[in-house]
Amino acid sequence: MNADPQGVLTGSHYLDGDHSCSEGAIAAGCRFSAGYPITPSTEVVERLASRFPRVGGRFQQFEDELAASIAVLGAVWGGAKAVTVTSGPGFSLMMEHIGLAAITETPVVYINVQRGGPSTGLPTQPAQGDMMQARFGSHGDFRLIALCPNSPQECFDLTLRAFNLAEEYRVPVMVMLDEVVGHMTEKVVIPPADQIQVTPRRYTSKKPGEFKLFEPAAGSLVPEMVKAGDGYRIHVTGLTHDERGYPAMNVVAQDKMVKRQFAKIMENVDKIITFEEKNLSGAEAVVVSFGITSRIAEKGMQLAREKGAKVGSFRLITAWPFPERQIVELSKKVKAFVVPELNMGQMSLEVERLAAGRCRTVPVLHAGGTVHNPEVIAEAILEAVR
Amino acid sequence: MSVLRENPVNEYLRLDRLPSIWCPGCGIGTTVNCFTRALTESKLDLDKVAIVSGIGCTGRVAGYLNLDSFHTTHGRAIPFATGLKLARPDLKVVVYSGDGDLSAIGGNHLVHAARRNADLLVVCVNNFTYGMTGGQVTPTTPLTAIASTTPYGAYEETFNLPNLTDACGAVYVARWTAYHVKQIAKSMGEALNKKGFRFIEIIAPCPTLYLRRNRLGEGLEEMKYYKEKSVVKNGADTREVALDFHDKIVVGKFVDRERPTLEEAMEKRFSESLGAKYVPYTSPGQQSRA
Repeated sequence: MNADPQGVLTGSHYLDGDHSCSEGAIAAGCRFSAGYPITPSTEVVERLASRFPRVGGRFQQFEDELAASIAVLGAVWGGAKAVTVTSGPGFSLMMEHIGLAAITETPVVYINVQRGGPSTGLPTQPAQGDMMQARFGSHGDFRLIALCPNSPQECFDLTLRAFNLAEEYRVPVMVMLDEVVGHMTEKVVIPPADQIQVTPRRYTSKKPGEFKLFEPAAGSLVPEMVKAGDGYRIHVTGLTHDERGYPAMNVVAQDKMVKRQFAKIMENVDKIITFEEKNLSGAEAVVVSFGITSRIAEKGMQLAREKGAKVGSFRLITAWPFPERQIVELSKKVKAFVVPELNMGQMSLEVERLAAGRCRTVPVLHAGGTVHNPEVIAEAILEAVR
Repeated sequence: MSVLRENPVNEYLRLDRLPSIWCPGCGIGTTVNCFTRALTESKLDLDKVAIVSGIGCTGRVAGYLNLDSFHTTHGRAIPFATGLKLARPDLKVVVYSGDGDLSAIGGNHLVHAARRNADLLVVCVNNFTYGMTGGQVTPTTPLTAIASTTPYGAYEETFNLPNLTDACGAVYVARWTAYHVKQIAKSMGEALNKKGFRFIEIIAPCPTLYLRRNRLGEGLEEMKYYKEKSVVKNGADTREVALDFHDKIVVGKFVDRERPTLEEAMEKRFSESLGAKYVPYTSPGQQSRA
């Protein structure tokens, strides 16, 4: 269905990434947000706090990120689309509820504007050190979706898509910015509402009594939803549960629940994963990058090409699930992957695992606080193709 | 000839989930029975009542009640319920959990929800211990009482929960013991029909852990103690209702007042500040189901 025109700020804007995320959420139909202030993400909820009362939404600031990250789940079960926003230390506090969202198959969006860590780290400076945390940070084993915008425009586009994916797969979706993308200001074009596709919540047409909250819909691995107050008398628990939602603490129920929750993501990777390829034809090296680092890598590749390197680019737009098949295919064609990232080696580990020795993987690591020097990336490319 | 009638409580329970996990003599089930009576008398549409629990023995209440029910994470029932209520204002939202869940790990949420007058009824079953994990000390374990992590007796000052919630701004505060079934049901009924942050503490026996470790006998002995040592003082100053080990228990309705709820305050502020530009939130319950 199309977006509700009331929320859509159609037109060309000069926006930073954080504010653009807010507009993406509103365009997606999000009308509830809970938050707790934290640099460099606060602008997202500040804009929602300002905009929501004018578009029929509700923002509530809570006492901490533990509260904000579960209040959004309550709101979703009440029937709203909901988002919370944070950065490193807050993201750590939210982990338990990302797990609760996963096990209860709650469609919800978490935005993380990454800053330097560990701990309080570098509150005002960029890093990409939470990439593995986004996937593995909450205990237990599950799959979720994480998207990586590299511009304010993509902050809008991918926040919108995050809501759509959340509804499609009943899964928490992470939007993983970094401080630079969050605070850089660029042109953002917001289309007319009738050109914005919004995935509505997939409410069941079954009657109470016939409906099971965690029974996959026909021909799907994803169950339909209901909301509280509709007469279904649902039970939603963070315990391992059966298709009715009742606690079922045994090996069979665990196996069935966990494996279906994995499969609903992993069997749909081709529909979920998006990426951007450039100059791959004849490339000897491929730069695999994401977020702000992909913008810096452009310059690095240009410098390397001026010195004769045949280098192409593979930009991760979906970070999780990881584009495994694409990286495996590329690894058969090139000499090396060059992986710049603002951490001490996270996504480069995935690339290396999938290259499996068929080609080299050259991580270009940076502890964070600023972006790479493009010349360092260029040198790594030249070294990789030598 | 007598006619075999169905237990009137049955319609409120998920009978296919019984028997419950609660031990013989435990007071939690008694409070649930009272809650079902309050629901009956309140005449609320049960499709519009949601119950949210945290983790622990009392945290299992949500799972046994035939309502929209949410068994969340440890300590976080209140913020989940706040989000649910803000997003679906046409629901009555009840939080039902234990002393450890609500006042230790969830203490920050308890005080802030009371401060902002979130429109929630919070039922706290206080058995002075963490039952699910084997009887550890909680913020309400009385001084000198034995718990598995205070094997030589508790030595920390306790929370006086009625005073805490009163001081934070709760509009309704009552305390009863599991002996006072009629009073509990009446309080719950009153509180269900009131708006704002309402807090009911129910002192309840944990025979398996708290009573046994402290040589206080079985559940029945505890009921006798509640009967003999409880003093009803409606309107009591909550500063004077703190509990000592196996001593007098002041019970009653301590606070009943009016304050704007979180939603009312929010809407008033936006209306005043934004005027005609304010677009009030529409409950998804009033939207078409598509």
